[in-house]
Amino acid sequence: MRNKHATQLIFELSTTGRSGVVLPECDVPVEDIKQLIPASLLQSQRPALPEVTEPEVIRHFTNLSTLNMSVDTHYYPLGSCTMKYNPKRNERIAAWDGFAQLHPYQSEGSLQGILQLLCDLQQMLAEISGLPAVSLQPAAGAHGELAALMVAAAYFSELGEKRTKVLAPDSAHGTNPASARMAGFDFITIRSQADGRVDLEHLKENLGDDTAVFMITNPSTLGLFDDQVEMIAELVHNTGGLIYLDGANMNAILGITRPGDFGADMMHFNPHKTFSGPHGGGGPGAGPICVTETLRPYLPSPAVSFCEETQTYYLDQGSEKSIGRVRSFFGNVGVLVRAYCYIRTHGPDGLKRVSETAVLNANYLLSLVKEFLEVPHGDRCMHEFVASAMPVREATGLKQPAMDIAKRLLDYGFHPPTVYFPLTVAEGMMMEPTETESKQTLDAFAETLRAIVEQSAETLHNAPHTTGIRRPDEVMAARQPIVKWTKTAD
Amino acid sequence: MNAEDLLYCDTHEWVFVSEQDGQKIATVGISAFAVEQLTDLVYMELPSVGTVVTAGKEFGEVESVKAVSPLYSPATGTVTEVNEGLPDNLEILNSDPYEAGWIMKVSVSEDLSDKLLDYTAYQRQCGEAS
Amino acid sequence: MPYTYNTPAQQEEMLQSIGANSIDELFDLIPDSVKLGRPLNIPPALGEIALTAHMQELARQNTNITDNTCFLGAGSYDHFVPAVIDTLASRGEFYTSYTPYQPEVSQGNLQVMFEYQTLICQLTGMDVSNASLYDGGSAAVEAMLMAINITRRTSRVIVLESVHPEYRQIIKTYFATIGTEVVSVSDKSQLLDALDETTAAVLIQSPNFFGNLEDVATIAEQVHTVGALLVCSVDPISLGLLKRPGDAGVDIVVAEGQSLGTPLLYGGPYLGIMACREEFVRRLPGRIAGQTVDQDGKRCWVLTLQTREQHIRREKATSNICTNQGLFALRAAIYLSVMGPQGMQDVASLCLQKAHYAQRQLTNLERFETLNDQPFFKEFVIRDKQNDVAGLLEKAEDFNMLAGVALGRWYPQLQDCLLIAVTEKRTVREIDQLVEILGS
Repeated sequence: MRNKHATQLIFELSTTGRSGVVLPECDVPVEDIKQLIPASLLQSQRPALPEVTEPEVIRHFTNLSTLNMSVDTHYYPLGSCTMKYNPKRNERIAAWDGFAQLHPYQSEGSLQGILQLLCDLQQMLAEISGLPAVSLQPAAGAHGELAALMVAAAYFSELGEKRTKVLAPDSAHGTNPASARMAGFDFITIRSQADGRVDLEHLKENLGDDTAVFMITNPSTLGLFDDQVEMIAELVHNTGGLIYLDGANMNAILGITRPGDFGADMMHFNPHKTFSGPHGGGGPGAGPICVTETLRPYLPSPAVSFCEETQTYYLDQGSEKSIGRVRSFFGNVGVLVRAYCYIRTHGPDGLKRVSETAVLNANYLLSLVKEFLEVPHGDRCMHEFVASAMPVREATGLKQPAMDIAKRLLDYGFHPPTVYFPLTVAEGMMMEPTETESKQTLDAFAETLRAIVEQSAETLHNAPHTTGIRRPDEVMAARQPIVKWTKTAD
Repeated sequence: MNAEDLLYCDTHEWVFVSEQDGQKIATVGISAFAVEQLTDLVYMELPSVGTVVTAGKEFGEVESVKAVSPLYSPATGTVTEVNEGLPDNLEILNSDPYEAGWIMKVSVSEDLSDKLLDYTAYQRQCGEAS
Repeated sequence: MPYTYNTPAQQEEMLQSIGANSIDELFDLIPDSVKLGRPLNIPPALGEIALTAHMQELARQNTNITDNTCFLGAGSYDHFVPAVIDTLASRGEFYTSYTPYQPEVSQGNLQVMFEYQTLICQLTGMDVSNASLYDGGSAAVEAMLMAINITRRTSRVIVLESVHPEYRQIIKTYFATIGTEVVSVSDKSQLLDALDETTAAVLIQSPNFFGNLEDVATIAEQVHTVGALLVCSVDPISLGLLKRPGDAGVDIVVAEGQSLGTPLLYGGPYLGIMACREEFVRRLPGRIAGQTVDQDGKRCWVLTLQTREQHIRREKATSNICTNQGLFALRAAIYLSVMGPQGMQDVASLCLQKAHYAQRQLTNLERFETLNDQPFFKEFVIRDKQNDVAGLLEKAEDFNMLAGVALGRWYPQLQDCLLIAVTEKRTVREIDQLVEILGS
């Protein structure tokens, strides 16, 4: 339970002369610091950090933690984020000295266990994606997108082709156009049809010999599998372009279909979504990418390979065509260790059942929610769906009912769905239950949502009513940003 | 200034041309409709004086809490003056977008873009959009 | 399938509610032509006991630095991690939460971000910090992109060769794509020659990759005379003693934050620190928490200035950053809180003294000579006159010692050199042992 007295910043708890740690006496002969470092490079006073004791630190941060909703404490149906249960066995294993206390510049001979793990993970991701060449380097999904688009740029440059355009549907994650821009491409938005699938005519109009990559999220952010995907791949491939699959929604299709089999040339995984790495309050994640054999030479370096002759694993610095490094050391290994544990825990049947259960849960929730909210893209979905709060706008006159409903859900102890995304659905509420929620939880959530949409405009608009704070003033925060604490005169 | 006397871009900037010391000066701002659509403006990036702006091209940005929108110049020329105080008092755009809420002045030599709309045509466009 | 709950009977009920006959039917949207139709070819499932045994087997094949003595550094350091950090960071409310999009139920994470930003400003002397980036390398490249954006000079940047080689490689990768020239210079005089009015930014590292301290303030003055920005990568531990970059004229500070309470983790995830001057706040990439008030006037925190973020800017993005390293920013915030000014000063002093002791003892030996002609902090380079770095490292490993990082892989001219890091954890006995082994 939250300690109501604990509302201060760590700086406001500071008392001059306190310390949370006692370091050992220096056991080597001590030199005068000024003999070692010129005075001009030394600071004149100690850093102005807070002065608090260890018990104060524990109480302060423990109390802060109780102000968060989390997967361990609440149902968290945040669409597109795959907030599934984070297995504790993975946390324990990843913290062992044999994984956590390894220096990146140890000799390869002293790292055979971790290198084997990473090499096997590369192979498992290749099998799950249907794309044989893997780089574990990228540090996040968006970083994977960027790395893959750089791979595409290097590939076309090698072919001597000037391809300047990256295309993606209007329902794409905002990271897609951003990655295209950062990789030096122009970006073109392709319309979706009313049913949420890619508008093929619009795609055809924009395809040409300047098309580098078509980025597709399949299943899409609307939770729909675009069954035209083979045709799309053929159209793009016929112009010499490549297909990139945004793997944010892989939780729907593990062991059922593979991006490499439906035409993708490149993709990224989000192990912090699909393979249960905890989200950590917004990171770390990881963004491994998988590509076709043709694109392998361009992948970021290094990768892990196995030498048959010496029977050892080693860091493979890749070919001269490699785009080079995108991340220091070997990427977010800690996240990859958890992903490895997750895949090994499930095996082939288990992974398929993860997706089957995620899709069953989403369709079940959809069947309940469509009774009282609009679900513009039909009665079936994959692992998530987007409802619209437009009926509530009509009934109540509220301008932003999705926001109001989201805030009201907080009063009932549910984390709201993702709202106002994708941009193509008015008053969108994107719900992704994941496979680790029980029917009882989904029933309770749907019942609550049903009760909420019938409440008065006033009740909704003034929500939340029970949280510690209510509707912070974001405009004030952005107009006159206060982004650090400063000591005020007493 | 009266909204009726101004010319508009289809991207919601307004422009008013006057003569100062024999030099044609275009004063540029954004329309009340745009301000309403953008909601809760939090930041505006102005060009610096001396910058050359081009009709139909971006000259700055305006931000609300959740979106960033480019500002397009209705005229080609050199920026002679900017409304320095505006970014710190964006509320002015709500109360007085056509006078105190001006954004920049541009010295123009050529005629303005022939794509500009008069008040009636612009109002029609806004009606269709909303 | 250890983590799902619904019984076959419940599944049946759910299918009925959906109006479907089977789970398979839910996948009808996927054309048969692309369905896999066979089990994935991955190893079979392991229960918790079997998984634990398997992972122990893998873990045992790694030499860990708990059972061995670590003098390796080069951007990743074996500093002391107080127990409070693991205790707090393993609370589910922290590590199983997500990005604080709903501030009402994320005040814990938001306040941590705000405190982290403040602590980084206090440590670096900069005005504004973001809520962290991926790691030191991505922070360096993002800072250079930011500088290009601020100066609107897109043609060239300058990087000192004494910056971490992997950071330089990342910059090369990114800038090859966007067509900006990366000029590499080896020292201050070459830097002066290369600086011109088209230069957007200069990247230096201090202490640099070889442990040496750069004359940051003088370089800053020179960089500013041509209107370029100075980006400096620092060792946050060194700031317990050394002049803060904010006081030396640096425009954007970046750092690898692993030293602040995160174990080595074979290189990641780590923490990218980035802080800048006030006037650049709207060009700073990554998430930022800001203070505001709620409807009832209560002080609280929100994600702010979100229009800087790449997923909002979409095709107008100027950065690749879409996330922060929340959990590791938390670790750094706890670390800096628990250390306080005295702890930071003590850690820095211990590193400084022990590194200098180790360097003196080693270079007293006939076999080695020093390469550090400038003042250094906790890391230094020795040259093996017998030119057998590999042999030395192997011999040390036999005594459970990770003696240093061989420099030949990045600098062919230094193939007879070792980079040795000494943190506050190393004891005089361990240092003497290292000297004995390398000298024997």
